[in-house]
Amino acid sequence: MTEYTKPIPDKTPENAPFFEGSLQGKLRLQRSVSTGRYRFPYAPFDPIDLSTDAEWVDVSGRATLWSWTVFHQVYFPSFKGDVPYPVIFVQLEEGPFMVATIPADVRVQDLRIDMPMRVEFEPATEEFALAKFRPVNS
Amino acid sequence: MSKRAGTGVAIVGVGNTNYAALYRDRTPRSAESLGVDALKKALEDAGLSKGDLDGLITARISDYNGFATLIGTPQLRVVNAVEGSGRMAGVAVQHAVALIQSGRASTIALVYGNNGRSAGATYGGDYGVGNVKYDWAYGMTSPGASVALMYQRYRQLYRAPDDALAPIAISNRRNAEVNPEAAMRKPLSREEYINSRYVAEPLRLYDYCMINDGGVAIILTSVDRAKELKSVPVEIMSMGSSSNLTNYYTVTDLFANGSRQAAAQVFGEAGLSPKDMDVVQIYDNFTPIVLFSLESFGFAAEGEGWKWIRDGRIEREGKLPINTSGGHTSEGYMQGWALQVEAVRQLRGDAGERQVKNAEFAQYICVSPIITSQIFRRVEK
Repeated sequence: MTEYTKPIPDKTPENAPFFEGSLQGKLRLQRSVSTGRYRFPYAPFDPIDLSTDAEWVDVSGRATLWSWTVFHQVYFPSFKGDVPYPVIFVQLEEGPFMVATIPADVRVQDLRIDMPMRVEFEPATEEFALAKFRPVNS
Repeated sequence: MSKRAGTGVAIVGVGNTNYAALYRDRTPRSAESLGVDALKKALEDAGLSKGDLDGLITARISDYNGFATLIGTPQLRVVNAVEGSGRMAGVAVQHAVALIQSGRASTIALVYGNNGRSAGATYGGDYGVGNVKYDWAYGMTSPGASVALMYQRYRQLYRAPDDALAPIAISNRRNAEVNPEAAMRKPLSREEYINSRYVAEPLRLYDYCMINDGGVAIILTSVDRAKELKSVPVEIMSMGSSSNLTNYYTVTDLFANGSRQAAAQVFGEAGLSPKDMDVVQIYDNFTPIVLFSLESFGFAAEGEGWKWIRDGRIEREGKLPINTSGGHTSEGYMQGWALQVEAVRQLRGDAGERQVKNAEFAQYICVSPIITSQIFRRVEK
């Protein structure tokens, strides 16, 4: 396997469950114990009551497509071979928004705003798999 | 109106580098030297000397200490620096107004220096802090792509056609053609616009601000003091501000809620409405932001901005001239600073070939994670 050269988020003791979940094919987010609110990306506080007590929970993986864009410009040398490539912005059923992409076999022209999607994971490194969202029924 | 509208604070000096001349080569320049060039012109414009300044706010020049040393103003009453993001141009002006109103300073210079082009800035890729690395994993980066996400949704919701943004890019360029200091003055046709490459689709090259070098300086003092100076003062009649700060530059209301609050303040304090504006300078880091601004500030109905800008309405001979110096896509990307200078010049009648006739009220609008707006009016001495 060739070396993975694209950027990946920094794994820390605090956000490790997100990484571990990705390897198991699970979208794992923090949920505040006191407010029940889910959050992504990792944050040390719940923004409603500033509490620190959060648990890591596997979420449904269901989302709706808020929008998408297609990159033609090369900003990262490691994406040079990928342009044009799509990036999507989804709202997870549990509330948080997430930047992600679609699996290679899904066509950009089939995307529609507010369409339901479901997460799947594609291995990137030994520590991290990328969440990708596929339109439901495609 | 029983009470006279107005903040009692005026812009008395404006200065900028010649963006066209600077664009011709990539000679490395410092933000500080660009700022000094602009400041000298602003002082000259106001008929002030640097010894008259008792306040200094630098922008995109993080080392205010070094800058004050460079210009020989060691002893000031108020000193600060704001970060080099475009949202700060309105913030700095509003803070200066508040400082003068409260008596903390009497005459404040705002100095902006940007060496983005000669220093190789890209506004995307391996920069930024915090949560952006989650997004980088997908190749997501840059404010432009964040706006592309918002515009993709907008155009789907409101059925805007493929060339919906073209009138903004083309109007900006027409204005730059008659601005001798604008960096990009080559005429732009609809065909060239449509055939230009995508950067982050659906946004094309001409929907993007450019990256260039330049400096801008603005000097403010009280209206009372302004009346004794040689320049024609322009008062900040009213101000509005708000914010929408999240993990993402992409926000799901297209900044509408915050913008409506800011609009209510800026129009309310002045006792004016969008219909009263004669010329408007809109922060156009990317052309869709002009549509979001026009709609949320009440010029156009929600979802109708793309129709509203057609048929020459926003061109300088039109009903509401916008970005008369060429905006960020053609004059230069001075991150809101040059737009405010242009508002002043239009009201003074100093805008040369691009002068809008009988301009009484000019407005600056910046819709971004921090939203600001000011309405300006010439002071009769």
